[in-house]
Amino acid sequence: MSSILPLSLRKVSLSRGGKRILGPIDFELGGRGLSVVIGPNGAGKSTLLRLMHGLERPSEGALAWAVPLKNARKAQAFVFQSPVMLRRSLVENLAFPLRLSGRPRTEAAKVAMDWAARLGLSGQGDQPAWQLSRGERQKLALARALITEPEILFLDEPTASLDGHATREIEALLGVARDRGMRIVLATHDMGQARRLADEVVFLLGGSLHETGPAKAFFHGPQTAAAAAFLRGDIVT
Amino acid sequence: METILDAFWQAGRLIVAADPALIAITLLSLRVTLTAVVIAALIGMPLGAFLAVKRFRWRRSIIAVLNGLMGLPPVVVGLFLYLMLSRMGPLGALGLLFSPSAMIIAQVIIITPIIASLSYQAFRELWAEYRDLLLSLRATRSQQIATLIWDGRRALLTIGLTGFGRAIGEVGAIIIVGGNIEGVTRVLTTAITLETARGDFALALALGIILLMLAIGLSLALHTLARTEREGRW
Ligand SMILES: Nc1ncnc2c1ncn2[C@@H]1O[C@H](COP(=O)(O)OP(=O)(O)OP(=O)(O)O)[C@@H](O)[C@H]1O
Ligand SMILES: [Mg+2]
Repeated sequence: MSSILPLSLRKVSLSRGGKRILGPIDFELGGRGLSVVIGPNGAGKSTLLRLMHGLERPSEGALAWAVPLKNARKAQAFVFQSPVMLRRSLVENLAFPLRLSGRPRTEAAKVAMDWAARLGLSGQGDQPAWQLSRGERQKLALARALITEPEILFLDEPTASLDGHATREIEALLGVARDRGMRIVLATHDMGQARRLADEVVFLLGGSLHETGPAKAFFHGPQTAAAAAFLRGDIVT
Repeated sequence: METILDAFWQAGRLIVAADPALIAITLLSLRVTLTAVVIAALIGMPLGAFLAVKRFRWRRSIIAVLNGLMGLPPVVVGLFLYLMLSRMGPLGALGLLFSPSAMIIAQVIIITPIIASLSYQAFRELWAEYRDLLLSLRATRSQQIATLIWDGRRALLTIGLTGFGRAIGEVGAIIIVGGNIEGVTRVLTTAITLETARGDFALALALGIILLMLAIGLSLALHTLARTEREGRW
């Protein structure tokens, strides 16, 4: 099967109630690695990810995958900042995407069980998902996104409000996925995490794409004053 | 006072002796109402789920109308259905007037809006929670609805029981379209109406006690359900 990437955004903007909250953005998301989307609160990180994933429709402009949209839709997954827990057990949550795509019940359950083991949660397989700790829930949400083996994975601040240990576990899972060739787009406020994981940086400011480029270059010598100030920890708006 | 005590005594005897007429009336009540609840649930619950997940032009109006129909006066439903089913009516050829089927239809009309409205409210909350995930996983419309129905099954059971409670105690509509014919369309509520009018308080009371026990049993079931739901056991 041919790759759904690159994804190109042409003059994409999104308005709500007559107010433009994002764009216009021209951007091409290439075929490899892990891109980190950074920027202050309200810069439009979540909105950009939701647009790319098709959860929001652009008010103007267009997004195009390398293949027709209907072939690109299922090759994506999304991890939300506050994980959505289905009112089911941990294993049933994991099996859910597989069941939606028509995999037989026993097969889906087996794959889900394997994933539960990989998360170190075999013992809690039958536990209602909402009873899990915050970190366990976020791991579950990530595994539920990985289980369909998407070509591209979007994550919106998956480790916000997690402690160091849980964050490390999530990052390890992401590292494995990236090394296996999964394209990852991650919005984060955690600059340490951005430096640890990024191959490419997308810096948003006030709804616009302010600066973008390879991670090394960006962190060592940002091209714009705003990006430099943001990296220093100054308040930029 | 004497008559009342005597009536209670007689009523108790009828129940303990499992009086055949009493049993037949109770069973018909259950048959009619359970059938009506099943039909109303099959219509109302998917309708409620659909209204929760799909935005379309007349959605708000439909929700408002359903809400309004929750308070539909049963007597008016009875009258309307009578006119439809009577020999001169458009559905007269079906020959349903004064049959249990007519009573089932009446109860379905009365409780479908209730079940649909309550389901819509339950699904609306669940949908707010699930929406992003289901859209992200590219669930089809019918998969979305199926997920809401399955994960909302506790609430739906409660809603079904609410519909049952409303239908089993209803008399205004079914007495008109059923006719309260002994052995054919006589159910608990219509029998109570008749026996009270005739002055046979013992039988009326016995029937009333059974109806009351059904209502209390129902309320206990609802209560237990609500508790298990809060504790999140499912
Ligand atoms: N549904 C909406 N209606 C109106 N404005 C919205 C809506 N959703 C987002 N916005 C606005 O769009 C802007 C971008 O929001 P977004 O959530 O994408 O920012 P963010 O970079 O993810 O911020 P944070 O770091 O706080 O998560 C904000 O100003 C926000 O108020
Ligand atoms: Mg955000």
